[in-house]
Amino acid sequence: MNSASNIKVAGFGGQGVMMFGQILAYSATKDELFGLWFPSYGPETRGGTANCSVIVSNEEINSPIFKNSDHLVAFNGPSLEKFKKNVSPKGLILYNSSIITEAPKGCDQTCLGVPINDIAIELGNAKVANMVMMGAYLELTKMFSDETILAVVKKILGEKKAHLLELNEKALEAGKAFVRNASISYA
Amino acid sequence: MAKVLMKGNEALALAAIKGGVDAFYGYPITPQNEVPEYLSKHLIDAGKVFLQAESEVAAINMVYGAAGAGKRVMTSSSSPGIALKQEGISYIAAAELPCVISSVMRGGPGLGSIQPAQGDYYQATRGGGNGDYKLIVYAPESIQETIDIMKDAFNVADFYRNPVLVLIDGLIGQMMESVDFDRPVKERKLPVKDWATTGTKDHPGRRNVANSLHIDAQELEDQNIHLQEKYALIAKNETQHEMINMENPDYVIVAYGTMARICRSAIKELKAKGISVGMIRPITLLPYPKLAFNMIPETTKGILCCELSMGQMLDDVLISNKGRHKVGFFGRSGGMLPDPSEIVDAIENFSDKVVE
Amino acid sequence: MKVKYDKSKGLTDKPLSYCPGCTHGIIHKLVAESLVELEILDKAIAIASVGCSVFSYEFFNCDAQQAPHGRACALATGVKRVLPDNIVFTYQGDGDLASIGIAETIHAANRGENITVIFVNNAIYGMTGGQMAPTSLIGQKTTTSQDGRTQALHGNPIHISEMFSTIKGVAYLERVSVHNPKNVMKAKKAIKKAFEYQKANKGFTMIEIVSTCPVNWGVKPVDALKWVESDLIPEFPLGVFKDKGDQNE
Repeated sequence: MNSASNIKVAGFGGQGVMMFGQILAYSATKDELFGLWFPSYGPETRGGTANCSVIVSNEEINSPIFKNSDHLVAFNGPSLEKFKKNVSPKGLILYNSSIITEAPKGCDQTCLGVPINDIAIELGNAKVANMVMMGAYLELTKMFSDETILAVVKKILGEKKAHLLELNEKALEAGKAFVRNASISYA
Repeated sequence: MAKVLMKGNEALALAAIKGGVDAFYGYPITPQNEVPEYLSKHLIDAGKVFLQAESEVAAINMVYGAAGAGKRVMTSSSSPGIALKQEGISYIAAAELPCVISSVMRGGPGLGSIQPAQGDYYQATRGGGNGDYKLIVYAPESIQETIDIMKDAFNVADFYRNPVLVLIDGLIGQMMESVDFDRPVKERKLPVKDWATTGTKDHPGRRNVANSLHIDAQELEDQNIHLQEKYALIAKNETQHEMINMENPDYVIVAYGTMARICRSAIKELKAKGISVGMIRPITLLPYPKLAFNMIPETTKGILCCELSMGQMLDDVLISNKGRHKVGFFGRSGGMLPDPSEIVDAIENFSDKVVE
Repeated sequence: MKVKYDKSKGLTDKPLSYCPGCTHGIIHKLVAESLVELEILDKAIAIASVGCSVFSYEFFNCDAQQAPHGRACALATGVKRVLPDNIVFTYQGDGDLASIGIAETIHAANRGENITVIFVNNAIYGMTGGQMAPTSLIGQKTTTSQDGRTQALHGNPIHISEMFSTIKGVAYLERVSVHNPKNVMKAKKAIKKAFEYQKANKGFTMIEIVSTCPVNWGVKPVDALKWVESDLIPEFPLGVFKDKGDQNE
């Protein structure tokens, strides 16, 4: 991992965008790194675009605000459009190809579409699409181990939703498998 | 203890509990709602007092009552809500009652916005209450520092019998960071609250009265002199600031809160470009770290005051600079948050930013 | 010689600051006597307000806090919530309670705060020099209604006890007067009962006392007492507006 990664996660409200970001920040904390998460959303959260910024660092974090992100995770078209111009040249763009049918043109970064909705529906629950994305993200970045992520997810689910852990684990693995099959890598 | 990831507002609330808060009175306002929400659960579970008041005005006066009764009491609000509390704050300061107030700043003036801002520097340090009173105002730059300060805030308030204001911007309130709740708190030998209005049964032969009315002119002036002596002592003992890279800087940035953190990153970027920039970061806004400005070398080309406002702390920078260096200003407001590159630009084009 | 009547131990030796003919002094005495007789003086905390009774913190022989204008019930709430075993009461006039502080008072009542409110209604602002109060009568001349209060311009006098009688948190609410000995006795009984209710944790209690202001009404003290009978009481009828009796909150 680099000394610090600036991550932008964006999509519709309700797609698990905020949770995606928080899982990264929780995982950083669990691995005794420095994690920072902050939301940016307005009244448009319901059905509109929501985004959050995450910084994962192995040293103390200075500015919470960054201009360019190292990684963009876009869950819908408007988010990809809005944020792709601020991804570092050596950065990574992951997008939801279930609803973004056209690959972004002319981008120099590592860029991969993952049909997270389709994969999640195949698994039997559309709500785990964000965990499919998480699997793809981790397969490419190697930011956190499965053990760390699953411990965090388990804690977030709590006792009430403990039965969903297995499904989340499957979703994570499905995302990873998709990346492996796509034969793409990101240093 | 291992670090935990926590939202700023919730961390502030938990730190208040760790600091020994007995009672909370408040009124909902964005972006600080997680503070009362968290306390409504955890204070009541701990057998302490939580009450949602009918208004900010009522809340601060409930704080007055409970502080007068000798308890550790706090309220929390955001910019327009703090405006409503100013009357009560003046009375509490005048009656020399200890309490803690947290303010999570949003955009202003008026209803403004709910986005992060630092437009309440004047409100915090000059206040809107009447008379010659002063608060002790802390402006942490991170959730960790917010926790450390909140844990000590009741001790400071009790020691000086004075309201303490912990001022953060909405970004610190809304973001999550990895934090440690077990860092040590400064030891303070606290005086017994023998002035508390708990009934004469607790102090036979003496009536305790919490009061700010001194109808006799000489008596009121004497009280004001006493207060000023206390404020001077606070300035001597409690002024806090951080200095960064002050060896031989080309420029010095002055910034607090979230803006200071943005500037930290900018300073690194500037260093890579061969420009040496130092920073004075006030941790207490009142008392203000005026003396730190004496450490700026003659050779420094200028001071850049950076704020998430249109220029309020700038006044204190100008006062503290005493005309020695050129002073420039960079500010964003309304919830617009600059990234470090904007600060880099401002330093590189310092001459365009000079105000005095 | 045997002492048959003495100043209440519930009052300090500080000379009262009230004008001749004002009935604040009588009301102070009734509150003080009640606190002594119920043996709660040493755990009482008085909340003084702003207005003529601003100095009441100097007169009641117990701990006290002096509140900003209108905020007495908020202070009382703050104190009582952290010291539930103490006796907390506010002493407020009509400007303080019924105008600027009506929100704090209504919400304290609605929460059923276990406090006692002594509400002195003399239909005028005394301390500031005879301005119109929310309880001033239609036709009443004050320094800010020099041709007399009119409904069109100023609205009607506000009826606090009637309003508060609809609030569930109120345990006991009575309007009394102190313009003659019989009513003084009744007022004493009401005030004492309110404190008894507080002792028994029954909830919010308020005694509205119709009072006088000869100086600002521009009448002699004796005529002021007559005006209470002829004009004020018809507008503000005396009686019990709410009594929960043995019901607890």
